[in-house]
Amino acid sequence: MSLDISQDGQGAIAEARRQAEICNACRYCEGYCDVFPAMFRERAFSDADITQLANLCHNCRGCYYACQYTEPHAFALNIPAALSEVRAESWERYAWPAGLGGQFHRSGVAVAAALVAGIALMLLAMWSWAPASGDGFYAYLSHTVMVAIFAPAFLFPALPLYLGLRRYWAEVGGGPVGWAHLKEAAARTANMKNLSGGQGQGCNFEQEDRYSNARRHAHQATLWGFLLCFASTSSGTVLHYGFGLEAPYGFFSLPKLLGVPGGVLLTIGAFSLAWLKTKADPALGSASRWGGEMAFVLLLGATGLGGLVLYAATGSALVPSVLALHLGTVLTLFLLTPYSKMAHGAYRFAALVRDAQARP
Amino acid sequence: MSDPSGTTWDVIVAGGGNAGLCAAIEAAERGASVLILDVAPKAYRGGNSRHTRNFRCMHQGPLSVLTDSYDEDEYFDDLLRVTKGKTDEDLARMTIRMSEECLPWMEAHGVRFQPSLSGTLSLSRTNAFFLGGGKALVNAYYNTAEDLGVSVIYEANVTHIDIAEGRFSGLDVEIGGQTKRIKGKTLVLASGGFQANIDWLAEAWGPAARNFLIRGTPYNRGRVLRDMLDQGADSVGDPTQCHAVAIDGRAATFDAGIVTRLDCVPFSVVVNKNGERFYDEGEDVWPKRYAIWGRLVAGQPEQVGFAVIDSQAINDFMPSVFPPETADTIEGLAQKLGLPGNALKETIDAYNAACRPGTFEPNDLDGLSTEGLDPPKTNWARPITEPPYYGYMLKTGVTFTYLGLKVDRTSRVSTAAGKLENVWAAGEIMAGSILGEGYLAGFGMTIGTVFGRIAGQEAAAHVA
Repeated sequence: MSLDISQDGQGAIAEARRQAEICNACRYCEGYCDVFPAMFRERAFSDADITQLANLCHNCRGCYYACQYTEPHAFALNIPAALSEVRAESWERYAWPAGLGGQFHRSGVAVAAALVAGIALMLLAMWSWAPASGDGFYAYLSHTVMVAIFAPAFLFPALPLYLGLRRYWAEVGGGPVGWAHLKEAAARTANMKNLSGGQGQGCNFEQEDRYSNARRHAHQATLWGFLLCFASTSSGTVLHYGFGLEAPYGFFSLPKLLGVPGGVLLTIGAFSLAWLKTKADPALGSASRWGGEMAFVLLLGATGLGGLVLYAATGSALVPSVLALHLGTVLTLFLLTPYSKMAHGAYRFAALVRDAQARP
Repeated sequence: MSDPSGTTWDVIVAGGGNAGLCAAIEAAERGASVLILDVAPKAYRGGNSRHTRNFRCMHQGPLSVLTDSYDEDEYFDDLLRVTKGKTDEDLARMTIRMSEECLPWMEAHGVRFQPSLSGTLSLSRTNAFFLGGGKALVNAYYNTAEDLGVSVIYEANVTHIDIAEGRFSGLDVEIGGQTKRIKGKTLVLASGGFQANIDWLAEAWGPAARNFLIRGTPYNRGRVLRDMLDQGADSVGDPTQCHAVAIDGRAATFDAGIVTRLDCVPFSVVVNKNGERFYDEGEDVWPKRYAIWGRLVAGQPEQVGFAVIDSQAINDFMPSVFPPETADTIEGLAQKLGLPGNALKETIDAYNAACRPGTFEPNDLDGLSTEGLDPPKTNWARPITEPPYYGYMLKTGVTFTYLGLKVDRTSRVSTAAGKLENVWAAGEIMAGSILGEGYLAGFGMTIGTVFGRIAGQEAAAHVA
């Protein structure tokens, strides 16, 4: 299996290099995103250069529709697809433990199976350790059990991600990271500059050669929604341990004020991304990973939606079942983070930092 | 779409490149029903515009991505220099003046510009580059045209224009293997040059033309142009004149576009197949000399040249798509390039001996000239002494031909009997009206945009 991946990797990198050398002699796409100025700084491309370019690419597809050398031309350029392949293979290669990467990237069924397992685990936990008493959720799953499951689940992804990023950084030759680099990368993430088409017109995703900001906005909603939800959960932890304020929280509490808009944004954003994905041409991405990517986006959306439904169901008989579904979804999302599309956030950010270092 | 032969179109546009699209958009915005017939399949729509990258534009001060200013007289002087005076001053100046208002019009119709590309900084004042290049421009115009209700048929091969008593009434077109007759009230001819028709090129150039490469679309075969000339349309231009540059000799016969461009000539020694030099490689900065080397190479035996550089120069120019031949000796390189080794060695030795000390400055005319060499190399004459040595084969790459239809200020086509009542021409098919010889980067798109817009406006006014 791992042998296959490495041969595959060479194939994808070699193909991306072939294409980049043609791009470098043309340069018409310089203004679309950060990939092309980075490409045009080089005269030859090492494997690491190609990996860095691939992780810098946000798959906006502007360059594909503008390209005079796409099929049926003999040069057969398809930069978005070539870089998608390299990018996904790099995440799979960096995944630790090795070999866990491929499954969830490629297979929607594997993601779904993980989700079923996560929900089953939560049901089992609720059934096995049903608390004698408690308020709100804690009536069905004690705070102790929740912490016992989720503290490791939240912390665990950090290790493989750290190990992967460390390998990435060494491979692309990253230097010591300064505040200026982080600031630039954060600014580009915050406004998704690389999905802006270079001039704010957006990308060429769901309506072919017409520009649209739909994907950029959906991605923003997803990103910010996820961060708000994460902040909501963290604020709950702080309130619980720092101030002795235990759930359930009222609407005008920090966890709810962060969590409700976060959940709404995450739900709308992720389901919009999924819908846009059904409209876009799969041949301009990593076609073999479409299923895994789609399942991941839906999992994100389900995480947001589950939280909102759970809030709406407060006090009803639905709470225990919705709780199991929601917690199972969250658990799956976190445990899969280093091995699914979720990891792209970390590598993309690293690529942006690296690019900030390399820019003249 | 429904059968196009069922309606009488207000405006039929033959050719769906930049000029045709500008005409179609202008006409449709004035309420005309418009049909574009493009001979290429959709993937290759847009003619040569698909391969273009910028638009030469007059401007009084900074305009969009253009820096500083570029006034009419300077623009016209640039044109005079490259055409050696072979231009129509009235039409040329009108084109130049109108280019300024074209740029905002282009932006308003979906075209996006970007700052001068890396490696082309010398053009940042005069040429506005399209974001994504010409295909992105073509896509933007097709979307705008579609939103205006313009109909488009791809793979539509116009075989005959029906003109009687100075009036166009319809045309014959092959679509899906069937010949249809489509009726129209007006016609805009925007079907490009004939450079992809090698037989026609050979009529003018002789067998040399068989060794030419065609840089752009294989679909500009000049069928419409020939039909119009056969019917007595006034023509302009010399059939041997064209925009031709020296490109990598390994390029495909058609459609290789920009990436086979070789920018190494000023830093090289260029020889013919006998290993002999034939022209001053360092005459001027490359963008100004880019467009003469196609003809220079065409004048050599077998229409082939070879640029030789050493490792000092390999990073002084933009990379091209094919890696150069490489060897550690001049004789070794000669062998790989298929040149006589002794002759090449003698040429390089003589050149090296004629080089004088001085400072090599790749981006400026550095005055580093040979002494006592014929022909001289008047700039960037640095000895070729540091292996590995690199060599590129050069062939003539034809961009577009100049022989075309003569038009007036309103873009109208005429015959010996006078102006045709309802036929206009725009783009490469009439560029010879302004370009007698030579070429100015980005001027083809200027001619196409200016005359395309005029033709569309005139046609719409005619049916209004």
